[in-house]
Amino acid sequence: MKRTLFALGTLLVLAGLLLSACTPAATPTPTAVVTEAPTEAPVATEAPTQPPPPVEKTAVIGFTASLTGKLNVESTRQNDGLKLWMDQVNAAGGIPLADGSVVKFESKFYDDESNKDRVQELYTKLATEDKADFLISPYSSGLADAAAVIAEQYGKVMITTGAASDATYKKGYALVYQSYTPASHYLTGALDQLASLDPNIKKIAIVYENEKFSVSVVEALKAYAEGKGYEIVLYEGYDTGTTDFGPLLNKIAEAQPESIMGGGHFQDGSTFAKQLFDKQVAVKYLALLVAPPEPSFAELGDAALGVIGPSQWEPLAAFTPDFGPTGVELVDAYTAAFGEDPSYHSAGGYVAGLILQKAIETAGSLDTAAIKAALDGMDMMTFYGRIKFDTSAEAHGLQIGHDMVYIQWQKDAAGALVKQVVWPTAGATAPALFPLR
Amino acid sequence: MGNSGLITSLVDGVLIGVIYGLAAMGMTLIWGVMSVINLAHGSVIALGMFGIYLLFTSLGLNPYLALILVAILGLLLGVIIYSIAIHRVVNASHLSTLLATFSVNMIVIGLGTAIFSTSPRNVNYSLGNLTLGPVTLLNARLVAALAAVLVTSALYLFLYRTRLGKYVRAVANNRAAAELMGIPSAQILALSFGLGTMLAAIAGGLIATFFPFTILSGGVYELKSFVIVVLGGLGNPLGALAGGLILGMLESIIPIFLPNTWVPVLEFLLFVLILLVRPSGLFGVKK
Repeated sequence: MKRTLFALGTLLVLAGLLLSACTPAATPTPTAVVTEAPTEAPVATEAPTQPPPPVEKTAVIGFTASLTGKLNVESTRQNDGLKLWMDQVNAAGGIPLADGSVVKFESKFYDDESNKDRVQELYTKLATEDKADFLISPYSSGLADAAAVIAEQYGKVMITTGAASDATYKKGYALVYQSYTPASHYLTGALDQLASLDPNIKKIAIVYENEKFSVSVVEALKAYAEGKGYEIVLYEGYDTGTTDFGPLLNKIAEAQPESIMGGGHFQDGSTFAKQLFDKQVAVKYLALLVAPPEPSFAELGDAALGVIGPSQWEPLAAFTPDFGPTGVELVDAYTAAFGEDPSYHSAGGYVAGLILQKAIETAGSLDTAAIKAALDGMDMMTFYGRIKFDTSAEAHGLQIGHDMVYIQWQKDAAGALVKQVVWPTAGATAPALFPLR
Repeated sequence: MGNSGLITSLVDGVLIGVIYGLAAMGMTLIWGVMSVINLAHGSVIALGMFGIYLLFTSLGLNPYLALILVAILGLLLGVIIYSIAIHRVVNASHLSTLLATFSVNMIVIGLGTAIFSTSPRNVNYSLGNLTLGPVTLLNARLVAALAAVLVTSALYLFLYRTRLGKYVRAVANNRAAAELMGIPSAQILALSFGLGTMLAAIAGGLIATFFPFTILSGGVYELKSFVIVVLGGLGNPLGALAGGLILGMLESIIPIFLPNTWVPVLEFLLFVLILLVRPSGLFGVKK
């Protein structure tokens, strides 16, 4: 009998130890798991007992990633950022809800092959067969726009990331929320910088990828530039997947612009910059979308020098977050997990999860209406900058809190290419290299 | 556009056109000899690109020297593809050979995607620029065009000055008669397929020296090869070279007058027009 009791006692002690190990404790991660969250554990016995572990729920986050196709580079980084957030939240014990339960996350995702048609098919599958509780957008405006329709149709909250086009948020959707600065603000800051560098420059060539996001950016840029009295000497698109920019470069050289702005995504942007350099087209200022902030842009060598790019986020940016990790903490965790510095696509993936986390914490439940209300009322400062959404009927979900920073590739004292923030001046880490050539 | 812009565009067009021609020559040679439309052409071009990339990045080989190795590997690959996938169906309907080469294409693309992913690659080897008056040329393109001309000349000499070349032409003209003369047609067909893939691999390797690429990049050049082959005449290697030059110049000249997104529209309009008006191509062989 004694032996049985002893064994039982040992078992109880072990169970207690296990339970205490499972109890969400304060962690260094940004998940703000509230250990004092109300619990509904009955206290019926007199003997001091460990509170029962909170009921654990699992929320499924559904998304597609471009594991193949032209968006592979950016999408992979976005995916890595989201994965890091999810791993950190789960490792910290999940997010406590108002009913005392704790929610952890698991992801369900498919390869969309960078293909819009696949996106609609796969998001329908995620919303119906896989019963995803929340959706994160695929990378790129075109794919996210295709996914947003499905999210709205099936009543799922979707946080978009890597999707800057304004148009998606002007379609009357109620459950789609943007984490990126809208496309209409991507290159307007570059024009402001150009005006401050040399007010005499007036001739601009705008060349862009014929794709939803890039077109949104350059349409806004063109209107802004014309309003400021600039002369657009060339305004021309090129097909997605273009590798030979020779004919377009000849046209640019002939138009003799003082500044070139535009681009599209990583592949075409880096190719364009390289061929522009090889062809020695004289230009004083070059600002391209997406490609320059990518760490691998430096592989272009001298062709990368002086190229400016708008970035949603840079590790150098020193925001003081009121929720989530600091920029330094994110960089350290990401580098440890993936062996490379995070790009703004990585940060975008992480912040999409962070937005969802904050909304769930505020709502205290997984109920769509409560989370929507939390997102509508959100105004927070993260490592990535301020997050606040438009709640008007005309542009519901559009990001209105976040601003771009502009980076430029420069050489350090040792001659190595490094990124510097050159605009806005308040956040600049170095003066701009100007004129380019 | 001024004269200098026009000259620059024309020169650029000629330089890229020669490479297009080389790629198309591989396709037309295979069609000419065995009436097989090789849908694995694009994936072999992509393999040529990766061949140069791997030899350059892993072994540090000069990309132009690596081209010799890529050519040999391309020839061997073609012989292997022919022996495994084509030989059994070479006398069957066109649909069978189309499906066989399409399958090879899908296998190469699938394996290539699994191994290399679809992230863009670059062969970072610069030869600098050459400035001639108002025209600035990339030396890499110049060297690639010269290499393409050399390979074309070598192919011409092979076909018209060697016994093996004579066998290839004999099998192309009349396989049954060639067999009656003692020519081993199966081996000659394998060799011809190998030569076709070798040309595709060389073209891919040359393109890789100045354009970025992925395992999917060959598809673009395969499409261009179709247009060129129809333009130059099916089965006519020299017609393919001329077709390549025409296409290259069109791609350079059209953007002067129209937005460059019109280039593929006009290219494929030309493709349809040639098929309708002159199906044998501008330099086609009469049958």
